[in-house]
Amino acid sequence: MRYLFRTNYNQDLSLARHGGDYFWYGLLLVIMLIVPLLMGEFYVGELGGVFIFAIAGVGLMLLVGYTGLISLGHAAFLGIGAYVNSVLLAKGVPFVITLPIAGLFTAACGAAIGLPTLRMSGLYLAIATLAFGSIVGTVFQKWSSVTGGFDGFAVPTPTIFGVGLDGATGIYYVSLVVLIFVLWITANILRSPMGRAMVAIRDSEVSAQSMGIHLARYKAIAFAISAGMTGLAGALFAHYVRFLAPDAFDVLLSVQFVTIVFVGGLGSVQGAIFGALFVRLLPQFIAIVRDDLPFGIGRMPGLEPSLFGLVLVLVILFQPGGINGIWQKTKHWFTAFPFKRQTSSRRQKSYAKSERLR
Amino acid sequence: MEDAARLLQLVVNGAAAGCIYGLIALGFVLIYKATEMVNFAQGDVMMIGGFIAYSLIAHWGMNYWVGALLAIAITAAFGFALDAVILRRVIGQPQFAVVMLTLGLGFIFRAGAGITWGYDSVGFNTPFTNKTAKVGLLVLGQDNLSIIVGTLILCGVLYVFFSKTRLGVAMQASSQNQLAAYYMGIPVRTVFSLIWAISAGVAAVAGILLSPVSMLDVNMGFLGIKAFAAAVIGGFGSIPGSLIGGVIVGVVEQLAGYYLPAGFQEVTSNVVLLAMLIVRPQGLFAELSGKRV
Repeated sequence: MRYLFRTNYNQDLSLARHGGDYFWYGLLLVIMLIVPLLMGEFYVGELGGVFIFAIAGVGLMLLVGYTGLISLGHAAFLGIGAYVNSVLLAKGVPFVITLPIAGLFTAACGAAIGLPTLRMSGLYLAIATLAFGSIVGTVFQKWSSVTGGFDGFAVPTPTIFGVGLDGATGIYYVSLVVLIFVLWITANILRSPMGRAMVAIRDSEVSAQSMGIHLARYKAIAFAISAGMTGLAGALFAHYVRFLAPDAFDVLLSVQFVTIVFVGGLGSVQGAIFGALFVRLLPQFIAIVRDDLPFGIGRMPGLEPSLFGLVLVLVILFQPGGINGIWQKTKHWFTAFPFKRQTSSRRQKSYAKSERLR
Repeated sequence: MEDAARLLQLVVNGAAAGCIYGLIALGFVLIYKATEMVNFAQGDVMMIGGFIAYSLIAHWGMNYWVGALLAIAITAAFGFALDAVILRRVIGQPQFAVVMLTLGLGFIFRAGAGITWGYDSVGFNTPFTNKTAKVGLLVLGQDNLSIIVGTLILCGVLYVFFSKTRLGVAMQASSQNQLAAYYMGIPVRTVFSLIWAISAGVAAVAGILLSPVSMLDVNMGFLGIKAFAAAVIGGFGSIPGSLIGGVIVGVVEQLAGYYLPAGFQEVTSNVVLLAMLIVRPQGLFAELSGKRV
């Protein structure tokens, strides 16, 4: 068992907890960098998809897991990012400019939708974002002079400094870089006063307010950052799918994003990545076992959404820590071996918390 | 005169659709007032209620009225079980966990209904199908009228239930103050489950009333999203407010479909919802004013 003995302030400020972190995360980075050399095109593409969902997942984790707000409209932000990026690319703007613009524009959209609705309780935000997502989805379909409507929109191939990114490998590396950037931003936000303000808002709005935290401002900032990260993911998603169809950005996709956060584990950045792995790999797994399932379950229409729903329900009921919680418990079992007790991971008894005054 | 009659016709059709939204919103509000949870699967409960009625009436050949009452009872029992088995476990977890839980349940209900009743649209014969009633210059479908009349009757029944019966008063007490209700000897948990049962029953009524107007479909639960607009206009806590909100949404939607270009009708309810949240977020009939620490 490792005991962290801090001898100077830089250790408190450092992003890595101890030397082991540098080693393991460095090893992971090296493996990720050489994966395209070892694996086939298909797997590289799938892993790129996981990265893109992980970017959006990290953004949503900041909102749901750390600020305690829920959004059911993040598919709309993904779509806005995707269309802004693709339309600008088609007009001849270089990719190195369209990618940040997609993120910033989506962040502005997030702030615009967040400012009026964040005054209310989190419930209203869920409903408002649901409505917003539905409106944006309809706009994508009807504004056909820009989005191409139901005919779809062929995404131009991006080039970075003269190098064309036409294969899965190019998107893989760009997604990896953006994912690392997003993770770095998130880690920095979380150790700054802003991150602590967000966690305080999550735990109790009233106490946060009485500590001098400007609720509306921090909620709007959190929402804008979250939307912006999803917009970045959207820009990459456009290149991942290569052909934008307006009905891809529906409620189901939003629910998938929230599933990433819940299944991965609320309140942990690693959780967003675990969750993205789960959400992207589950459909692949279904596709593999589809023919072997009894009673033709595999051929059932709507199998995927219902499975997502089932997993969501089971996780919330029985494993609120998500995959990250399981990982932490396993780690605890090994580090504390043989002193694991029944009560080590028992959940605290929780009581109904009323938000009403009367 | 022609225009006035057409306008009135649109208003009546809108009011009928709005009553359905209002009934779904009523389910949200009943549960929210009592348990501070929001049931995102309310639209899917309505779908299940409609399909149970379809099974009883079209498959087993029951009389419409008997089948409808039985379907309402079965759906109510389903709502009771839903709370007693699942939702009771997440008391004390953050609000968004409940949101996601009910969303997930909605997906499961949809798949379950798809397996049981198939993915095709179905319908059954009601005493109101394809009949019209003449009121002055207006020619109104009896199906639309039946929705409005049925909603009014249901509201009367609920009003009498909540204000005159022991159980209804106990429900009001438990939603106002759980602890005090416990002290008065009210079995609050059972009462909450019964509120879920009533809300599911109301949803079943909505499903049955809707069936002559539109076919039953596994995906009809998405109407629940429109009902949010109704609930928000009503202030998410007021029972008459949610019905009035529903009628407002329904009428505005019909008028938008008639006067605005195609495509606007689908988003009307969402636009109304967002506009309401921006202009008057506490709703037209606000009751709640502050928060407890």
